Amino acid sequence: MTRELAIRLRGAVKRYGPITAVNGLDLDVPIGTCVGLLGPNGAGKSTTMRLLTAQAIADEGELEVLGFRLPEESKQARAQCGVAPQLDNLDVTLTVEQNLLVFSHLYRIPRGERKDAIERALVMSKLVPRRDSRVDKLSGGMRRRLLIARALIHRPRLVLLDEPTVGLDPQVRQELWALIDALRSEGTTILMSTHYIEEAQRLADTVLIMSHGSAVAAGPPSELVIEHAGQEVLEVYGPPKRLAEVEAEAGAAGLRTRRTGTSISILGVDGGNGFEIDGERRPANLEDVFVLLTGEEIG
Amino acid sequence: MAARADRQRLHRLEWSALSGVLVREVVNFSSFWKSSTFSSTVEPTIYLLAFGFGFGSLVSTVGGLDYVDFVGTGTVATAVLFSSAFPAMFGTFVKYQFQRTYDAILAAPVDTEELVTAEALWIATRAGVYGCVPMIVAMFFGLDPSWGMLAVPFIAWIGGFGWAGFGISIAGFAKSFENFNYVVSAVLTPLFLLAGSFFPLDNFPEWLQALAQLNPLFHLVHLIRDAVFGWDGWSDLAHLGVLVVYGVAVWRLAIYAMTRKLID
Repeated sequence: MTRELAIRLRGAVKRYGPITAVNGLDLDVPIGTCVGLLGPNGAGKSTTMRLLTAQAIADEGELEVLGFRLPEESKQARAQCGVAPQLDNLDVTLTVEQNLLVFSHLYRIPRGERKDAIERALVMSKLVPRRDSRVDKLSGGMRRRLLIARALIHRPRLVLLDEPTVGLDPQVRQELWALIDALRSEGTTILMSTHYIEEAQRLADTVLIMSHGSAVAAGPPSELVIEHAGQEVLEVYGPPKRLAEVEAEAGAAGLRTRRTGTSISILGVDGGNGFEIDGERRPANLEDVFVLLTGEEIG
Repeated sequence: MAARADRQRLHRLEWSALSGVLVREVVNFSSFWKSSTFSSTVEPTIYLLAFGFGFGSLVSTVGGLDYVDFVGTGTVATAVLFSSAFPAMFGTFVKYQFQRTYDAILAAPVDTEELVTAEALWIATRAGVYGCVPMIVAMFFGLDPSWGMLAVPFIAWIGGFGWAGFGISIAGFAKSFENFNYVVSAVLTPLFLLAGSFFPLDNFPEWLQALAQLNPLFHLVHLIRDAVFGWDGWSDLAHLGVLVVYGVAVWRLAIYAMTRKLID
């Protein structure tokens, strides 16, 4: 397959003193797809995002964004990228519209198109009635919508979303998912980092699971689940002693398990293959895959 | 095979990047221009009143000038310093540390060099305008108008650009807000007093007078006074030269310091 790539990383390494934040990362984001970077805090997702805008310079590796080599040609790449960072960096003393106005200039939208671009961003973020409100008067969800709309004001070919819904309540999160999904259906290429399993599973065409700065698996979410965790998982609850027994039994039966705090999950119990213990059956998910591959909890 | 849109080469210092940053500053300024105009008008007025009436009753002339004229022009340089070095230090620190504004700007097609340059240009322009305020106030106290005064905003601009670069550099090297205390006490206050704004340095020990020659503010004070009261050929060219060299040097230093700070 020779689909064009919006992002191409080969062996990217970024060190901070003794810490290697990104450790030989390969990443392909084909044009027109949504790729999710999934991993726990500290896996190197945000550093990867910063590498892509040349706000961090890689120590090793080849990096290309929209065909431009980084860091040398980063400014050309950034002109066609939109970035919504994890930490809100809106101008809080300015109004919603003023924030968009400033970025219509920073993203070099021609004079005659600025007004339309700002209107479009206001509509997209559902902030038309709040256009004259100061940002510090907005709710957390509104601010996040504005942050994303600001990144889209110049109709970028590639959008980088760093933890787009972190710290928001579930209802607001779903609003943002709708926004991102709409963007995706328009054919915008998206790279999104997240540590929410559901977010990656719903929005991403391809998921790249990151741990300690490198990729441990990549593929469409459903295929990753089937490949690594099977169809079904048996969730057994009980006191610690009981859980230890179940763990030993499952191990003896050749099944893989993982501890999830109050329960133990037994993987690959598809079709009740002879392992009969009372528990709740549930479909396997990306989190199972993640824990299996890295031995870490994600949430 | 990777997708590549246009191969148009972008330059190092582009006007569209600078103007984007400047627009941000102008839009922000529109929300607080009243308070900063108030303080930059009231402050020099207080200096003029205090020094003018205080010292003015003891000494009537200094170096052949009425004391009010001497202080009125000296305060121009003080106003330039206050409206450039301080906003540059504190504003820059707030923008990268607390508001993370610079992270947002650098994700757009703007490089650190352009960001720092635009910020310094903006601060210099404000200093160019606010620097003239004490001179205008002094005219109400008896300073006579002269053609050379028309050069003052431009001289103030050049001085302001240097102090902006100084302030941004300090903010770039500072580890915390508290670090600024050292700079204000150990650097800015001595420079402020060793400039000849409020009193001439003629009676200072010679080594201090020699040291004052290294103070850009000293040259700013003297260039402004000469602009208002009469040019002094080569010596003004030397003052101007010092201000330009200082401005360029700290501009580059500010870019270096902020690149270290903003780009990992």
